[in-house]
This record gives sequence, C-alpha cells and structure tokens, in this order.
Amino acid sequence: MRAYIPAYDLRVPGNLSEALAILGREPGVWQPFAGGTDLMVLLEAGKLSHRKFLSLTKLADFRGVEVTSGAVILGALTTYMEIQRHPGLQSEFPLLCTAARETGSIATQNRGTIGGNIVNASPAADSPPALLVYDAEVELVSERGVRWLPYHGFHTGYKKMQIAADELLRAIRLPRRAEPWKQYYRKVGTRKAQAISKVCFAGAAQMEDGIVRGIRIALGSVAPIVLRAVRAEASIRGKKITPELIAATKDILGHEIAPIDDIRSTARYRLRVAQNLLAEFLMQLAR
Amino acid sequence: MEEKYIGHSVERKEGREKVTGRARYVDDLAFPDMVHGVTVRSSVARGRILGIRYGDGIPWNEFTIVTAKDIPGANEIALILHDQPCLASEFINHPEEPVVLLAHPDKYLLEEARRAVRIDVEAMPAVFTIEDSLAKGTIVWGEDNVLKAYHVDKGDVDSAWAAADVIVEGEYRTGAQEQLYIENQGMIAVANPTDGVTVWGSLQCPYYVHKALMPLFGLPAEKIRVIQAETGGGFGGKEEYPSMIAAHAALLAWKSGKRVKIVYDRAEDMVATTKRHPSRTRHRTGVTRDGKLVAMDIDLAIDGGAYATLSAVVLSRATIHSAGPYVCPNVRIRSQAVATNAPPHGAFRGFGAPQSVFAIERHLDQVARAVNLTPEELRRRNFLRKDQTTATGQIIHEDVNFSGLLDRAFKESDYHAKRARFEKENPGATVKRGIGFSSFMHGAGFTGSGEVYLASVVEVEATAEGCVRVLAASTEIGQGANTIFSQIAADALGISYDRIDVAQPDTGAVPNSGPTVASRTSMVVGNLVEKAALNLKNTLVESGLLCDACTEDEFVRACKRYIETRGTLRARAKYEPPPGLHWDDTTYSGDAYGTYAWAVYVAEVAVDTVTYEARVSDFVAVQEIGKVIHPVLAAGQIEGGVAQAIGMSLYENVVWREGRMANGQMTNYIMPTAADIPPIRVFFEEQPYPFGPHGAKGIGELPMDGPAPAILNAIENATGISLREIPATPEVLMEAMAEKAGALV
Repeated sequence: MRAYIPAYDLRVPGNLSEALAILGREPGVWQPFAGGTDLMVLLEAGKLSHRKFLSLTKLADFRGVEVTSGAVILGALTTYMEIQRHPGLQSEFPLLCTAARETGSIATQNRGTIGGNIVNASPAADSPPALLVYDAEVELVSERGVRWLPYHGFHTGYKKMQIAADELLRAIRLPRRAEPWKQYYRKVGTRKAQAISKVCFAGAAQMEDGIVRGIRIALGSVAPIVLRAVRAEASIRGKKITPELIAATKDILGHEIAPIDDIRSTARYRLRVAQNLLAEFLMQLAR
Repeated sequence: MEEKYIGHSVERKEGREKVTGRARYVDDLAFPDMVHGVTVRSSVARGRILGIRYGDGIPWNEFTIVTAKDIPGANEIALILHDQPCLASEFINHPEEPVVLLAHPDKYLLEEARRAVRIDVEAMPAVFTIEDSLAKGTIVWGEDNVLKAYHVDKGDVDSAWAAADVIVEGEYRTGAQEQLYIENQGMIAVANPTDGVTVWGSLQCPYYVHKALMPLFGLPAEKIRVIQAETGGGFGGKEEYPSMIAAHAALLAWKSGKRVKIVYDRAEDMVATTKRHPSRTRHRTGVTRDGKLVAMDIDLAIDGGAYATLSAVVLSRATIHSAGPYVCPNVRIRSQAVATNAPPHGAFRGFGAPQSVFAIERHLDQVARAVNLTPEELRRRNFLRKDQTTATGQIIHEDVNFSGLLDRAFKESDYHAKRARFEKENPGATVKRGIGFSSFMHGAGFTGSGEVYLASVVEVEATAEGCVRVLAASTEIGQGANTIFSQIAADALGISYDRIDVAQPDTGAVPNSGPTVASRTSMVVGNLVEKAALNLKNTLVESGLLCDACTEDEFVRACKRYIETRGTLRARAKYEPPPGLHWDDTTYSGDAYGTYAWAVYVAEVAVDTVTYEARVSDFVAVQEIGKVIHPVLAAGQIEGGVAQAIGMSLYENVVWREGRMANGQMTNYIMPTAADIPPIRVFFEEQPYPFGPHGAKGIGELPMDGPAPAILNAIENATGISLREIPATPEVLMEAMAEKAGALV
C-alpha cells in the first residue's frame, strides 16, 4: 500500500438527501465512492490524487433491478454479479450480462457497480458498449432535481461527461423492445479472465427479409470514450449485407475510431481487430 | 531397500500448515520494536548522482536514512563478481538502482517520505538492446560491454560446409519474463556490531545471502545468520535477489538499532527484481539431402542487464543446450552475455535453456522443410543415442531412446491423425488449428565442475524418541523438497514417514547443501540425504545396537540407547562426483552434466484469425526423468512449468521504456489464468540414473524448456506463419499474418 491513508477522508451519508446536501454544499470536493474496484487500485498504487470521498453504500434507492412493461431500470449500485444473474436481463439484454461476466475477477464482479463503471469513464470499460447498443438512459439526481439523459452522448471526451459536480448517477434505464434483435458482443483482452479490453465490440440489429432495418454498434478501447459507431451504422442501415458492404463499412469504421498505441496493445492491432469484429458481426447477421 | 514411500504420493510435509493459513511467511512475522524499511531508487537509466534532496513536510528526524556512506564494509553484493553495488554512490547503471534506504515505524508515512526524496542525476548515454550493446558505441560495463563469453568447438565447422547439400539460417528471439512467485520478496533483519547480523526472509539460497552479507559488514561467517522463512515460490527469482533486499534491511537495522522489515509490493517486485534474460540466437545449419546434420554454427547473445550477477552461469547453460539433443560431428557455438542499462536479469526456471531450446527447435522445423522431410523424420535421423557425443563432446552412457519418447508423445496426442484432420478442416475456417512438437533435454545439477566446487553437505540427527531430522540448506519453496527428503530418509532408515522432519534452513544450524536451484535438490541433495541417513543407521549397526534388517521399534530403541550412552546421534554425507566425469573449463568441453532429463512435448493450438489470438488447446508432455519419487509432486512440477512456459510463449510481454518495465502490474502484464491453460497431460518414462536417489534425476526446470517451440511450431502448422520470436502476442501474430497476406494498409 503506497497511499498515505491519513490524508484521505471518507464520509458515509445515511440517505440520499444527506448525500446530496454534502455535494450541494461543497460541489467537486467529495467524489462518489461505490464498489471501489477502480479507486482502490489507484489507492494501493499511491496514485489516487483525489482525497475526499463520499461512500454511497447506504443509499438504498440506488440498488435493485426494477422491471416495468416498457423498461428495465438498474440502480447505479447494481453489481456485475447481480446483473449476470438476473433472469430478465439474461433473456432480453444478454450483451450486458456477458459484459458483466467478462469484467475483472469474481471479486471485482461482486463489488463493482454498473453506475461506477459509467462514471469512472474508462474508454476500456466493458459494459458501456452494451449500454450504448441498448439505447440506455441515465438518471442524474441533485438537490436541484432529477433529470434523464440518453447515455449516448453522456461521455464528451476522455474522462469528461455530462454530470455536474453536485449530481449523482442514480439509475440506468434500458428500454425493452417488442421485437427480437440479433445481438453480438466480443471482448478481446488476450487472456480469458481478469483482462482489460484491447478492443470491445457490441452490436445489435433488426433484420427484415435480409435487410438491416435497425442497427447499433458500439466499441470500447478504440477512442478516448466508449464510442457509438454512428457512421458505420448509417452505411449499413436499410441495406442487404454483401461482401462489398462489409469491406466498405470496415473502411468507414477505420476512419470513425481513433485507437492508440499504449502498454496494452498497438493502434494497428486495435484498428484491424475492430474491423474484423465488425465483419464477424455482419456475417452473422447475413447468416 | 524397500520403497515404502518413494514412488508414492504421500501427504506434503508442510501442506496442512499452508492450506490452513498457519504457515508464517516473512510478512506474517512481527517483532516488538520492529520498524519498516523502503528503498528509494534512481529513475534514470544511467548517469552520475549530483545530490540527494529530502523534501519539505516530512519529519526527517524520525527516520533512519541510509546511503552508501553508511555501509560498514564493502559496497557490493558479492556473487560471482563484485561489480554490483548495494547502494549506488556515484554512478547509476539502471533505472531501478537503489540509492537511499529509509526506515520508520509508520509504513504509510514511509511512503510519503519515499516520494519526497529527490535524487539529482546527470544523465549519461545508455544502452537498451543486445544490438546496441554489441555495437559498443557506448560502453556501459567493463571495457567492451561483454559480461561473459564462451566458445565451444567440436570438429571443424568451416570445412564441413562443403559436405552440406543445404544450408539453413535463422534468427530467433525471446523476451524477458517475470517469475511472478505468489509471495513478493521480503526480509527482516536485526544487526549490531556485538551480535552481528541475522536475517529472516523469503529466499532460495541461504548461503548466497550469507556470502553477500559478510563483506558488506566486514564480519566473519559466524557473525552472519540467515534463516529462511516460509517461502511462497521462487522460480529462480529468489536465487540472487534476496541478497540485495537482505543487505538493505540489515543496513537499516545496523543504523537504527531496531529490527527492520522490508517487504516489496507487487509493483516494486515486478520492476526492480530480476527477470529472464532476453536472448537473440542465430543458427546456420548444414544438412545433407537425406537430412543428416553435418555442421551447426550457433551465435547466441543474452541481455544481462546492468551488472554481471549470474549471467555467466545462465549463458553457460544456454550455450550447452543450444545444439539440442542431436548428434552432429561439427559444432561451433559462440555465446556472449552483454550489459544493458536495465535492472540485472537473473535466474529463472530453465536458466538459459528455454532461450536456446526455443531457437534450435524452431530452427529444426525450418531445416526439415528445406530438405523436404517432416519435422519428426529430420529429428529421428539425428537424435542423440547411447555412446554418441553432445556438442561439448560428452559421451552419452545412458540408453536414451528419443524415438520411443516421440512415438509415445504422438500416440498420446493423436498427432498424426490431428495433423491430417487440421489440414483438411483449416481452409475456410476462422479458427485455424495446428499441432507441433519439440524434443529437448535439460541437464540436471550444476554445470561442469560446479557440483564439485559446491561440495554440498547434508546431516541427519536422531532424537531419543527415534525421530529423525534432516539438516540441509536446501529450501522448500513450494516444490516439495521437505516431502521428498522425508520420503528418502524414511525409506533409507526403514521407519515411518511421520518420524522424519526437515529442519528450517538456518545457516546457524544447518550445513551448506548448496543452493536450491538447477533442478539439483532431489537428485543431488536427495542423494546426500539418503547417504547421511544410511550413515546414521550404520552408526547404530556398528555400535551393536541394531541389526541391519531392523523393525521400526528396534530403530527407536537403538536411538534411545545410543543417545543415553554416547550423546548426540548425528551423521553426515558429502558430495562425491559420479566416477568418470570430466569437464574442462578452458575448452568448454567434456561432461557438462552428470545426466539429463529427456523429453518430447506436443502442443495443439487454435489461432483465431479475427483476433489473432493463439490459444493452446491441448498439451502432452512425455519425459524420461529417472525414478519418479512422488508422482503428484512430479506431475505438478511439469504442469506448473508448462503453464509458465505457455505464459512465456504467448502472453507475457515486458514492455520496456528506457530500461524500465512500463507494465509492472498484473493487469497489464498478461500472465495466463487457469482459463487460458489447456489440459496438460503428463507422462513419465523411468530409467533409473545410478547416481540419483533411487534413480531420480532433476525435473524442476525441464518443463520450461520445451513448450515455446512446440507451440510456435503448432502455430506454423495452423497458419503457415513461421514466427521467430516470443512472446507471440496477438499483435506480433497480426503483423506477421498481415505481412503474409500483403494486405495491411
């Protein structure tokens, strides 16, 4: 443990209004602390620069999965383990369950939360591509009130997002679809468990007589934010899948993403694998 | 001698303590008044120290601060050479070089203090690759950057090329690898001029630490005491590095007057301690049209890092293993260990052999293709047999049967059927399958005259209750040494396994049975345990208290009577080389090892052409290792070694930035998980070696040698791509596949 523990402060508000009051009084001073699976790693390495934290563990209305006729609503503190074990999510939102199952270790899955995964804002996070494909919305609360935002567009740049310093992310809403969509998820992390993605791909499409009616594609680890590949989507929508279309769309995707070289992989590898995953997804749709 | 325990999988001696959490590792040990220590390191690869600044906001008067000036004796970590300082005083030679030591009771404040120390360094040009070191543009060690060089000459290579129909050349590379023992390095020390220095720690070789502490403190042998705490794995990583951390803890203890504990966290352990030597091997091989080897010209170089440490010995093993288990009348090997400005590379399971075996076994698949033979047929035509000679001219006296090992490995892996099936199924498949193999050997024990120089000693002592304790410096590091020694002693004395225990290695109490390295513990030290036990029994027989064929009760009574009437009942045995072994250090020729373990490994792979990930999907390991003393432990050694070698082959990539490991975290240094490891099917052939206990040979390192070339040979079979370097990460495979397709934009 390289951190100097006495320098850190953790407050544990007993309910939401207490938590929001602290954030409202000193916006930006208190950083929310949920499962801690990202923050504790930084703390151990002596690299956690923020010093004051607000624990969300006692916020009961941040927990639980609610299924309504139109949507499934996940409390922000829903853990990866709760997600992967939820029967409703398994049947209607399998990509999210797969992402949860492939995130970190069992211990991480027991503690890590979906809300934390979103606001930690890592471009390599595994759940956000699935959330983007499912057209998720996020609920933000503060003393000023409650607002819902589409998750697409929530992240505006590396570690930047549309959340004010006095707001907390309370819930994630996944709209239920009447008709079945074909779905695809693949995390590429070199080892089968406890991996950080080199490329993560989620896709869903609605097919009608061999024509792509609806399509959503999202990728992680290939840009400063988890990215919805809207231009690639546009080139496919309304078309029949052919080898020529696949080649053209791979090219479009190549210009839409901006992978980098880092200690985990290379830009060239990420680019090529992202294109290959797109092709694999499209070929599955054509089948 | 009856084998009541040998050959049976008895319960591990320390197994219950470990699985119930009662075993005490160094970080579990605490003493009153103990303080913690940390190391402040350079951040520059090479340079001159201008000054050390202690930043504001830290109560420095509460700290013990040690620099090179505080060393009472010689500022060196004594090993083979004395080039590595314990603390840098003027020059920095790698980016993790220790410069300042700090101790304080509060280990969290200690971290704040570590961050507040600034070491001002005037940077000097540095060298980071084998090529740059060999180019000698910048000299960073000695006169020419060469830590050690060997020449091996058999026959006359230069004249032999004329007899070759085909000459095949190739260059092969292996990367650094972290040992990743479960328990990080750690040490506790107490030291003062009156009592001397005592350390407790996680280590493989108590007497190496002992040797290093003597000159550092200028103290005689009896004033230095080294005690092994329970040790959570070593793999070579705790062969030489514990001398460094012991020296640091002891210096802080000496100055503070308190017990000092230093335990590295994973991040420090990964970046600062030793790793496997990166290597570059060039082969030039002459072969006749019918596949007979006529000349082998081998040029190999390993990266030793900033100081000599064990590089000379690693290079020796790499050199001797570089021509493989093949007979060739003309062999020339030129090898060098060169210096770079990275932390010193060091001992790691296999110790140079995995690098060499990778090169020769990848290369032979290329040679086979050049003469239109299958990889197996080429090898069958050149396998070393009884009465033939190795590259160093060692005559093989064992009835080694490589073709038999190959047959068994192919049968167990269904090699031929799979090869045919994959050839049929691969076209059009997204996931390409392949199967490949390697045949190799691993010399057991120290090289050449090493064991004679070590002159190892083991003692056994009996109590009046008829219990027998084995006294040796050989350490239990998870491999099962305690269990095997107990099995051997119990069978030698004809008493039950439960009556044997193994003393905690403590240089104040046990004789020097040598380091726990080189696959020597069962074979060499185990043999001494047996001899010492037989000597003890003989003492009782000669004193008339026991007949030769005694019962356990008679043995117990005899011990009691002996101790009552004559005092201590103790016996010893000292190493004697097997007869007829000759080694010449000047010509680097002769009997390099007393014996070898021989093996054929078969790997099956699945290469995903979407993600360029190669996975090992099945693995068969067939080896001849003499007598198997403990089947479960032996299979465990093979499985663990194969798993570690799969990591080296496909996953574990040290990312270097200016001599520093940039991915020193387990999240970014991709060690395979259990989910990535295939079933590893282990088969033993037993051909007893007359000079090992009950015929046992060494096996600990063997499984590290063969998997990498077998896996890459399988990748070539799957994809047609001949990779020449490991780790074959997906990025490497992608570039190679793209190059082959000629399609990368």
